[in-house]
This record gives sequence, structure tokens and C-alpha cells, in this order.
Amino acid sequence: MPMSAGQLEQMIRQALPDAQVEITDLRGDGDHYAAHVVSAAFAGKSRVEQHKMVYDALKGGMGDELHALALQTGVPENNQ
Amino acid sequence: MSDTDNQIKSEIDGADVVLFMKGTPVFPQCGFSGQVVQILSHIGVAFKGVNVLEDDGLRDGIKTYSNWPTIPQLYVKGEFVGGCDIIREMFEEGELRPYLAEKGISLLSDAE
Repeated sequence: MPMSAGQLEQMIRQALPDAQVEITDLRGDGDHYAAHVVSAAFAGKSRVEQHKMVYDALKGGMGDELHALALQTGVPENNQ
Repeated sequence: MSDTDNQIKSEIDGADVVLFMKGTPVFPQCGFSGQVVQILSHIGVAFKGVNVLEDDGLRDGIKTYSNWPTIPQLYVKGEFVGGCDIIREMFEEGELRPYLAEKGISLLSDAE
């Protein structure tokens, strides 16, 4: 069962309450999104660790309900 | 360690650069796998493609092994580097070549 952009954003926010989240629906099928997530929680973490934090937020949904998530992560400007 | 884990480990240890992908380097069967193949070919790095579509056990096993939920997955000298997003970002930020050089991976373009 596909996931809505709202659900995706909500799940990310639950795990990363301070996050700035930008979701782009790539195909309108609830299966292909791009997400840009900025959070202070990423500070000092490698890209792989940052992306894993977002995948963990989706509680196993990544690869099942959600086929594709083009992900970009970052730390807030004032945290760098 | 399960048979699948042993299989994965031997693939990862069997070559310097290993790409677990959908399809083959010549015929990628997924856009994301195809993008990584393009990047690796563009910078001229030799790599081994492992087609996870040929073995469902491998397709799921690699996600557990690396604790990464998607395919493709790139390994360099036994280390998980990332999936399509991370490899593309490393390439676009000019980090991929230095990373490979640091790991002692020669690029075909070096030989020119």
C-alpha cells in the first residue's frame, strides 16, 4: 500500500522533531518521492548514518510501501 | 553466519569494488542501479556487478547484511559506501574520485 507525502513527512518528524522536511512527489503514485531533510541530529554523522536515521524513521516502510525515496540530508547552517 | 551471508561476504571480499544491483552493468534493470553504473563507468573504475534479481535470498539478505533497505549498494574494499543517492552526491560534490584514490583504487583515466 503506497504512502502519502503527509504520512512520510509525519514519520520523519516523529523521529526527528526539529527537522526541516521538504517532500517532492516524483510520480504521484505514492511510491516515488524525493525528500530533503535538515536536522541538528545529523551533526557529526556520515551521510550513510544520516540516511539510515531517516530510513529507521520509516519503520521498515522503505523498500516495501515506499519503492523509491531520493534522499538528501544535511545539518542546519548554524550547526556547521 | 548464514549461507547467504557467506555468499555476500565472498562477493564483497572477491573484488575491490562491488555493486549489488538490479540487472547487470551492461543491462541495468532499475534506474537507480543504472545511475550508479553510469557514474562508475564515467570515472573509469573497474567494478563487479552482482545481480540480486537472480537470487531472492541475496536480494533480501544484502539489505539485512548492510542494514540498508534498498538496492543498489556499493562496497569498496569490503566497506559499504552507500546507495544511489550517496554515490551520486559524492560524485557531484567531487568526493568520489578522492575517496577511491584514498582506498588505493586506480581509475582507468589514471592510466592515460
